[in-house]
Order: sequence, then structure tokens, then C-alpha cells
Amino acid sequence: MRRALWSERFGLTGRGWVVLVPYLWLLLFFVVPFVIVLKISFADLALAIPPYTPLLQWDDHNQLAIKLNFNNYAFLFTNELYFKALLNSLKVAFISSIICLLIGYPMAYGIARAKPATRNVLLLLVILPFWTSLLLRVYAWIGLLKANGVINNVLMSLGLVHEPLAMLYTPFAMYVGIVYSYLPFLILPLYANLEKMDWQLLEAAEDLGCRPWQAFYKITLPLSRNGILAGSMLVFIPAVGEFVIPALLGGPNALMIGRILWDEFFSNRAWPVASAVAILLLLLLVPFMMWYQSIQARESAGAR
Amino acid sequence: MNQRRSVFIISCIAFGFAFLYIPILSMVVFSFNASKLVTVWDSVNSPTLKWYHSLLNNEEILDAAWISLKVAFINASGSVVLGTLTGFGLARFTRFRGRFLLNAMATAPLVMPEVITGLSLLLLFVAMEQTIGWPAGRGITTMTLSHMTFSMAYVTVVVQSRLATFDTALEEAAMDLGARPLKVFFVITLPIIFPAILSGWLLAFTLSWDDLVISSFTSGPGSSTLPMVVFSKVRLGVSPEINVLATLTIGVVTLIIVGVSLWMARSRRVEAAGA
Repeated sequence: MRRALWSERFGLTGRGWVVLVPYLWLLLFFVVPFVIVLKISFADLALAIPPYTPLLQWDDHNQLAIKLNFNNYAFLFTNELYFKALLNSLKVAFISSIICLLIGYPMAYGIARAKPATRNVLLLLVILPFWTSLLLRVYAWIGLLKANGVINNVLMSLGLVHEPLAMLYTPFAMYVGIVYSYLPFLILPLYANLEKMDWQLLEAAEDLGCRPWQAFYKITLPLSRNGILAGSMLVFIPAVGEFVIPALLGGPNALMIGRILWDEFFSNRAWPVASAVAILLLLLLVPFMMWYQSIQARESAGAR
Repeated sequence: MNQRRSVFIISCIAFGFAFLYIPILSMVVFSFNASKLVTVWDSVNSPTLKWYHSLLNNEEILDAAWISLKVAFINASGSVVLGTLTGFGLARFTRFRGRFLLNAMATAPLVMPEVITGLSLLLLFVAMEQTIGWPAGRGITTMTLSHMTFSMAYVTVVVQSRLATFDTALEEAAMDLGARPLKVFFVITLPIIFPAILSGWLLAFTLSWDDLVISSFTSGPGSSTLPMVVFSKVRLGVSPEINVLATLTIGVVTLIIVGVSLWMARSRRVEAAGA
């Protein structure tokens, strides 16, 4: 009896200790920073280090003065550039997710239906590029796509084109880069979903006279809905704020919000405007993130 | 499977893997190219190891690689501790106050655009320096703290999913036999989830080693990491040394991943044979 009581008491305090450290860590390094970003988005640009004005100030009469500056947001809303960049980022991320899905679904399906030995090798081949540097893999496309690059050299030596195609620094190159980099993120959750599928359902449908495509459309596709959504969100959400790929492959005209934020911060040293861009981007993405979390919760509940 | 369907699926897989691997193979091939024009094959003098030689004598790249190595190593070790605690807490304690918030905080960094994470952490460090004087300036410390914050999310997911699939009966049996919770964790739980912790460590190491955006925001003068140096070089165009760097990275990663997978497959077989 004494022992049970003791372990219960230990269990309680032990529990607290187990999650306390990560809890405080995440509060400090994940939640508090957003509060600070929000705060600085209401500050004014100043010639100081750090380059913004304080929000709270004690004046001479022991009064605390709060100065909220809405100019950064007004600036974002009246300046067409930011709106266009935001819309373009959403468009690029959406189209990239669709292309990833078109390439990744058959791959995930094929891997899930392969023999176990083949399946492990194929999975390893999907995971391997994910472990090698993203930056270096994006860089590889510069060598493939540029005017005297590999693809143009091959096309010209085959006589298919007579002058090099302009591919690098175009939207096409940016889409290739995003789809290429994020494809494993879509395949893996989709595979995890398809792997649990009961394939006898398909056989039953076909025995009952369903055509293969019909069976796929009526059974496989609806049952893999959560995998499709989770995989697409893993492509869509980070792609909206992507910086590296548009900067390296998209050329100077690739208007993406992640790049705007980067330039406001590093080139213009406009910390308050960069913060306001971050807050708007975050507000835009939070619904998608919550959607992703609820899909994940449903998936793991279904697994048990 | 239906004949026509399997032909379709196999061609899709072949196309997909060609798409994933042709860029990687092209870097490996051109790393042996003598021409400075990188993508134009100089058949007279190639293959050559001259760019390997020049990379290994490039002080800037070597210094940056050393900084990246330090950050990645500390980050991986720290995130494994934090991520294992979080994953364990979320998997084993299904009900406690603030679980929802912990879960949300622990998984949000997985999908958060890096520019937002980077900016917000930098502003935190600036504010902390102003108010408590620590961390003084930006550099390896601030980068490591930042990397740990997003890497631990990946470790959490890996550990949590491993714990979700393993039988709690073992832990309960040990407790019934009088083992204290702490002892149960170290003697029963930890050895069983060790492969997951190892993959978490490797994942955290790689994420940190590759990170450009968050490092750029949170680094200071004199602490440029390897991706930062590579990025500034690549912005100016292709460089043969980067192909060499890519080839070496791919080689090391392939060896480690294949080695770990074989080891895990073997220990699973041993486990299955023992049971």
C-alpha cells in the first residue's frame, strides 16, 4: 500500500518533470518569439541598434506610454507588391502540391503494393534524397537547366532544338525545384496511409464487375483521403514561405512572399515591415496548419 | 495485379525515381569534370580529381564545415533529449493539463516556413540580449538553440510514433515487479526505442547541417555555416567545387543510411528469432 502511494506520488511529479523542460523550452523559443514579432510589427523603423523604436516608454511623469504604429500594416495593404507576392506564393504552392500529388500518388501506390523486399528498397530510395542537402539538390538543377546546361546540351546534340531553351530563372524552373524538393514529403505520409489499405476490397469490387479504374476511383481514392491531404499540406504550407528555391532558380522576377520577407530584413534592414509580413503570412497559414493537425489526429486515431 | 495497370504503375515509379536521381547523379558525374565550365564535359582531361584537391584546400569551406559540424553535433544531442521527453510525454501521458498546447507547439515547427521561424528567433535573441544580456551577440550558441527548437519536433514525431506501436505490457510488468518508473524507462523503454532515438539523432544532425534560412537569421559575424557559404557561392553561378561537396555528402549519407537500415533490419530479425 505504501509503495503504491509512493509510486503514484512519484509518477505525478515524475510526469511533471518529463514534460516540464520541453514545455518551457517551446514556450521560450517558439511562442515568445511570435509575441515579439507581433510587438515589433507595431514598432517604427529607427536608426538604432536594433533598428526599431520601443513600444513602451516611461515618460517624465511616471506614465507608461504605449505607442502602436499601424503604418507597417497600412504600408503592406496599400502597396500592391505584397498582395501580389502573397497571391503568387499561394498559387505556386497550390500548383506545386497538385503536381507533387500527380507524380507522388502512383509512386506511393506502387511502393505500397510491391513485394516487401522491393518495398523496403524503394522506400529507402525515396528517403535517401531527403537526407542529402536540399541546397545542393536545388543547386544541381542550375547545372541541368541553364543555357549551356545538361538538358540543353542533350536536346541540341539530338537536334531537337537549335538554340538553347531559356529554362533557368523562369517560373518553370521554380516549379521543378519545389516539386523536386518536396516530393518525398508527399510520398511518405501517403505511403504510410496506403500501406494500411485492405486490398481485398479492390479484389471484391473487381469480382463484382467493377473496372480497375472505377474501383480505384470509388475505393482506393476515398480511403486514402487523409494521406492525400496530409501529404499535400506538408508540401503546400512550407512552399508558401519558401525562400531558397525561388532565390536560386526563379530569377529576379519570382515574386514570393518568403523572398520579400528576406529582402525586407537583410537588404532594407526594415525589421518592423519584415515582422508585419511574417504576422500576415502566419495568419494566412494557421488555418492550414490546424487542418493538418486535425488530419494527423484522425490518422493516428484510425491507426489504433 | 492487372497487367496494364502494373505497366502504368511501374513506368510512373521509373519516371519518379529518374526525376529524383538524375540531378544527384549529374553532380556526381560532373565533380570529375576537368572543365571549369562545369556542365561542359572536357573529355580530354577528365575524369580528374583536381576539384577534390581544391575543395580540400579551400579554407573558407573547411572553416564553415567545422562550424556546421559543431552546431549539428550539439543540436542533434540536445534535440534527442528534448524530443524524447516530449515524445514520451505525449505518447504515455494521454491526459494532462496543457497536453493540447504541447502537442501543437511540438509539431508546428514541422510545417512552419523557415523565414518566419528564423526571423522570430532572431528577434527573441535581440530582445533577450537587451533585457538580460544573454546571449551576447549572435553566433554558434544562438544557431544551436534555434536548430534545437525545430529539430526536436522531428525527434518527437519519430519517438512518439515508435512508442505508440510498442506494447506497454512490458513496462507494466516491470512496474508490477517493483521497478521504479525511472528504472523502467532506462532498462525497458530506452533500449526498445533506441533505433527511433538513433534515427532522430541522425535526422536532427542532417536538418542542422543543411539549414540555410534559420542559420542566416541567427548567425553572427565570423560564424558562417557551410550552407551559408555554399549559398553565397551558388548565387554567383555553378562551381565545380560545389559538385565535389555534393558528391562527398551523398557518399557519406548513403553509407550511413544503408548501414543503419541494414543494422535495423538485422536487429529486427534477431528480435523476431528470439521471440
